[in-house]
Amino acid sequence: MSEPVLTIKDLRVSYQTPKGKVRAVDGVSFSLMPSERFGLVGESGSGKTTTALALLRLIKPPGVIESGEVHLAGKNLLSLSEEQMRRVRLAELSMIPQGAMNSLNPVATVNNQIIDGLRDHGVNSPKHVLNERIADLLKRVGLEPSVADMYPHELSGGMKQRVTIAIAISMGPKVIVADEPTSALDVVIQMQVMETLIGLQEELGASLVMIGHDMGLMAQVVSRIGVMYAGKLVEVGTVRDILLSPLHPYTQLLVESLPSMESKLTRTRRPRGIPGITPSLLDLPAGCAFRPRCPKAIEQCSTITPPLEKVRADQWTACHLYGETEKQDGIPAKA
Amino acid sequence: MERPKSKMESLLKLENVTKIFGGGLFNRHRITALENFSMTIDAERPSITALVGESGSGKTTLARLLLGLTRPTTGRVMYMGKDITTLTRRERKDFRRNVQVIFQDPFEVYNPFYKVDHALNLPIRKFKLAQSPEEARDLLENTLRGVGLLPEDTLGRYPHQLSGGQRQRIMVARALLMRPKVIVADEPVSMIDASLRATVLENLRELNRDFGISILYITHDLTTAYEISERIIVLYKGSVAEVGDVESVVQEPEHPYTRLLIRSIPMADPDQKWLGSHTDQDSPFADTLNVAGCKFANRCPHAMTVCVETAPPYFKTATDRATSCYLYEKSPVVDLKDMTRLPDKSPVTS
Repeated sequence: MSEPVLTIKDLRVSYQTPKGKVRAVDGVSFSLMPSERFGLVGESGSGKTTTALALLRLIKPPGVIESGEVHLAGKNLLSLSEEQMRRVRLAELSMIPQGAMNSLNPVATVNNQIIDGLRDHGVNSPKHVLNERIADLLKRVGLEPSVADMYPHELSGGMKQRVTIAIAISMGPKVIVADEPTSALDVVIQMQVMETLIGLQEELGASLVMIGHDMGLMAQVVSRIGVMYAGKLVEVGTVRDILLSPLHPYTQLLVESLPSMESKLTRTRRPRGIPGITPSLLDLPAGCAFRPRCPKAIEQCSTITPPLEKVRADQWTACHLYGETEKQDGIPAKA
Repeated sequence: MERPKSKMESLLKLENVTKIFGGGLFNRHRITALENFSMTIDAERPSITALVGESGSGKTTLARLLLGLTRPTTGRVMYMGKDITTLTRRERKDFRRNVQVIFQDPFEVYNPFYKVDHALNLPIRKFKLAQSPEEARDLLENTLRGVGLLPEDTLGRYPHQLSGGQRQRIMVARALLMRPKVIVADEPVSMIDASLRATVLENLRELNRDFGISILYITHDLTTAYEISERIIVLYKGSVAEVGDVESVVQEPEHPYTRLLIRSIPMADPDQKWLGSHTDQDSPFADTLNVAGCKFANRCPHAMTVCVETAPPYFKTATDRATSCYLYEKSPVVDLKDMTRLPDKSPVTS
């Protein structure tokens, strides 16, 4: 059995706010096999984007990575110097940011933006070699070579997102982190861009961490899903297990809230929302953060925070309801 | 509240509306946002209609036209049988009360310096919905409960202290306060979390069922449109591709664009095959940039010569359905305005 390419252990990230410290990511652990696609889902404020940024050590003050380990191909990224980390980004671990509309430099051509990344990582090929490499990259993401000389405002949303994908794969990284890569795109374009991204990820043999809140997209793109709630992973499992036999009451309600295209005339249930509201990270309830909204809460939920434990093969959850089951702690990884 | 004088008067009506942006004699950048669009929202039979389209389909232009925020280039927007540009002051106030809107962004519609109470008290004062402060308070609290919010959790708070879902439900409550006849909801759930979407959609459905308010639900998201509406209008580049009852349009789409749209939706179903399922051939006219005929012809795998030459009329493929596509040319031709309103038992004249 092969070794995981990325392992995250007990990651904690906090932000200092005028009202006190907020822990946006609170003890997140998971690991990723080579060429695996893993999805991180959660409501806004659940800590999924903060987790992604922390992997690349891109948390900016007042945020700090308090503790934890991020192992990528044998190195702990959190103990590297800033210069060593800079070399890892793009080359080994790259990111496709949320909202490609705003992540490109509006006053630089596509060509120059791709070259910037390559030169920063020591690619010193002569101009004509670089130009060929860029034409090839653009072709791989489904763009014409002429796009190289264009500015972002001349491109459509889908084309801009393709440019960010070209940048992300330009150095052949081991892991790509994609933060809602298609949430701003129309559904037909989303499908085309996603097909390009997945095709390239498979071709490179890279692993993908995809962040998002669209369970439909996740179900179709990744093989395993981690569900976050109030800074913690509450469940990790395969797409099939998460959708068809979820363990955590939050995941169960989340799945029940999803819209369905099944005929309204014959289906047995209608999607319904989750009652209550997401708790403020400044004022989390004691014990399990989901307890105030949970229809199945028991006594110890209000005092003891349940740890993330393996309940079934390949399925981990943080919930006291499974207290009697044979459990196993550690880092949720693909079986 | 003024009631329409005649039961036959339609509440809101768009008649052959076209909206062109830009232009002028020498300007090449003319964009037809909406072309020859007609629809009727009836006061007597409250309905939920979904208007679905991608970016650039003209759906937001349509909302703005209906609200009187922009004027049509040609055609008319009518309120109670009268062109909305010719309403008297009194009629205009009546229009503003009876036609409410819920916008997409629950973050931008609030003034951050005021408590949310302000956004709710303003219409009560402006439209004199209550006779005393106590009555106003009662009305407010009942309305908030009506959309599933606890008054003690919401009143007296500033917008930033509430979640996106709560803020959007306050906007639903605000629309409800006025007891309007129609609510234009422009992407009301696209910015709130999935777990709350079902709740806000349920709120809208209750407004329709319990208070007889018609809802025009404007969205890019076919799944929520299917969930909430009875009728659906699919827009593509400013024209209606297909219209009909939502069950048959979604379960058996006819227009090749609607079929593409539905197939492109990733569903939370592990047995759906989404990636790699896009196996359509290119349109034989894929290289034709400006098509005079059907706007979808250069993307349509079924496109024929006639499609690029002449825009297809609406073919009535079932009692309550019409599709603008030559694949259905054996069906009788029908006028759009007869299809974009609830099916009639007795003909409506206005």
